Amino acid sequence: MARSLSISAAEPSPELLDLPWSTALEQWPEDTIAALPKGISRHIVRFVHLGEHIVAVKETTEELARREYDLLRTLEKLDVPSVEPVAIVSGRTDGHGEPLPPALVTRHLKFSLPYRALFSHTLRPETARRLSDALAVLLVKLHLDGFYWGDVSLSNTLFRRDAGAFGAYLVDAETGVLHPDGLSDGQRESDLEIGRVNVAGELLDLQAGGRLDQEIDPVEMSQSIVDSYRGLWEELTGPETFDRSERWRIAERISRLNSLGFDIEELTMASDDTGTTVSIQPKVVDAGHHQRRLIRLTGIDAGENQARQLLNDLDSYKATFYSDGDIDEEQLAHEWLTKVFEPVIRAVPRELRGKLEAAEMFYQLLHHRAAMSRAEDRDVPLAEAMANYIEVELAHRRDEATVVGPPTEAITMPNPTVEIDWRDLV
Amino acid sequence: MATVTFDKATRLYPGTEKPAVDSLDLTINDGEFLVLVGPSGCGKSTSLRMLAGLEEVNSGRIMIGDRDVTDIPPKDRDIAMVFQNYALYPHMTVAENMGFALKIAGVDKEERAKRVLEAAKLLDLEPYLGRKPKALSGGQRQRVAMGRAIVREPQVFLMDEPLSNLDAKLRVQTRTQIASLQRRLGVTTVYVTHDQVEALTMGDRIAVLKDGVLQQVGTPRELYERPSNVFVAGFIGSPAMNIFDTTLVDGGLKFGSATVPLEREATAHASSNSVTVGVRPEDIEVSTKGNGINAVVDLVEELGADGYLYCHADIDGQQTEIVARVDGRDHPMKGDTVVLAPVDRHVHVFDASSGERLNAEVVSGK
Repeated sequence: MARSLSISAAEPSPELLDLPWSTALEQWPEDTIAALPKGISRHIVRFVHLGEHIVAVKETTEELARREYDLLRTLEKLDVPSVEPVAIVSGRTDGHGEPLPPALVTRHLKFSLPYRALFSHTLRPETARRLSDALAVLLVKLHLDGFYWGDVSLSNTLFRRDAGAFGAYLVDAETGVLHPDGLSDGQRESDLEIGRVNVAGELLDLQAGGRLDQEIDPVEMSQSIVDSYRGLWEELTGPETFDRSERWRIAERISRLNSLGFDIEELTMASDDTGTTVSIQPKVVDAGHHQRRLIRLTGIDAGENQARQLLNDLDSYKATFYSDGDIDEEQLAHEWLTKVFEPVIRAVPRELRGKLEAAEMFYQLLHHRAAMSRAEDRDVPLAEAMANYIEVELAHRRDEATVVGPPTEAITMPNPTVEIDWRDLV
Repeated sequence: MATVTFDKATRLYPGTEKPAVDSLDLTINDGEFLVLVGPSGCGKSTSLRMLAGLEEVNSGRIMIGDRDVTDIPPKDRDIAMVFQNYALYPHMTVAENMGFALKIAGVDKEERAKRVLEAAKLLDLEPYLGRKPKALSGGQRQRVAMGRAIVREPQVFLMDEPLSNLDAKLRVQTRTQIASLQRRLGVTTVYVTHDQVEALTMGDRIAVLKDGVLQQVGTPRELYERPSNVFVAGFIGSPAMNIFDTTLVDGGLKFGSATVPLEREATAHASSNSVTVGVRPEDIEVSTKGNGINAVVDLVEELGADGYLYCHADIDGQQTEIVARVDGRDHPMKGDTVVLAPVDRHVHVFDASSGERLNAEVVSGK
């Protein structure tokens, strides 16, 4: 029975039809391939050019493809940081009419990087710490939305620069399960343990390849993810009891959560029988406090930390030019946008715009200006700092708009010719 | 002693009325390979997850050995989910890949080496211990992944449809590997599948679930020869057992123009004169004349030594399909009229309303 190719996609993408679906993925011609995947995965995966994007193509079974596609769509609707599902391609047959496995296509997030691409030679403690923090925050966000990951690891995550930190995004949802009623403690603990073991393994692998800074202990670093998670989880969901007279604690809890980047959507408050103590517990929290404020005021879509930095700059602008406070928020934001932010971005030469996301670039520029000002002990004007930044920093950066990481072949060490005793390494 | 006990364990999802797993009572013996099988939504995966600590237990208990683990977090239950994570680290040797979880847990080098070597021998990976994963074949890499679970020396292995993303040929190969490995290891294993053929070939015992309720647990032979209700009868065996309604008559059961004798106990407990009868394709005698059910052959499936006749018959006004096994070379042809009768009283009789089994065990002669 002849089957015809069937593509199920969220948005029409005619370029999908041009890909060589009647060839097994492993044999796709070089000119379609953007990069080979890092590490060893269960399925054949390739990164492929599709129009102006890069997409990941994974060969799998019909059931798994459908399941993962639907899950990613749901996560997208929930605003959970994850890659975008593009299409499922089924009904594939090769030149002889033999069936080929269905493929799941997902879109690679622009400016996002696999962890191995975040450092040039060795992973240093500072970067490692930021990676663990980012992963802990992602896991908290996923768990808050009732999503059980099942395969928490650095390899299953993409990272975006976020004003000195990283924002993490889920890549592989194959083992994931969404529980609309929330996760049990057992499920959260299971994800944490899986993550702890996987990240330790990934760091040990870097160590075995000579790419981990001596100072980093893989086991300690992976444990720190668990600790960060627990701390954040407690802060976001834990109950708190205090004396009735200390009601300022409520405002303080909200403020702490805001500074962590979360808004409280629902908080339960109860007082005991005697009315002397009050207990509060956040019931629904939403990530992206600063992101939302920035988008509302300026329309700029940025990472949480970038948003915080840009909002800080907005505040400084106000302090400098409207110290008497006589301007409303929307007007202020509009002015800052048209007089500060946009001119800066426009001034970046077109050919350098693929280096970094706009908001990230702006943040780095502010950072650069502050450093210059400190070094030269004067207030360096933005225009000057920018020219210097472009020359010194930006021009030499590789393009991060579409980085998919070095191919496996390039980083795998060959089998040694000297006989080694595996017992020495186990 | 690594027995596993589900003690009236129930899982009821919030906002639902019908439990996903309803008061499951099941004891798995030390070293046993038990398969949980059933159609989609029957509760088999939920039961496994309850054992793993990934699913809340709303009432009842889960025990591993003498320990009540119902409220114990997954990592403290001393169980290992096998095939959950295939990632092999490219820069580490096969030995390191197998042993790194032990390293993280603080197990000393000598102990790690000992366990890794034992597992490698069981998995035929000893010559590869010093190599990198890149040098291994797909099947070998899978065995390294198995090795990671084995070296942890858990009390119980849990496997949730591990072969579902493999093609048919690889599935059969891997199935055999898993079963023989488990025999060598002797570790209590709970295995979930929707495929009853897989269940029959791999399990020491099989537990069939439907709509959250345990239907029957027993050896493959027990389930095959003495299904305790209509559901199990129709679920286990391929091609499926022929099942249709008929009536009890003086002396036994009506089978077309034939009467199949039944023991008195069987008919004594029937709720009415109508019963449901089941007969396996290999337990049907195909003739051209005599007493039995008259049927017309629609299709012949020749499979070498054996073949199957797909027929239709009118049974008490109901058009019914019946499948009968025949000799692959000498058999009736499409369009022929045949008479079907059970071989040597090999029928399974079930109560028409409850579906419960009425007669004694039937041992297949063919």
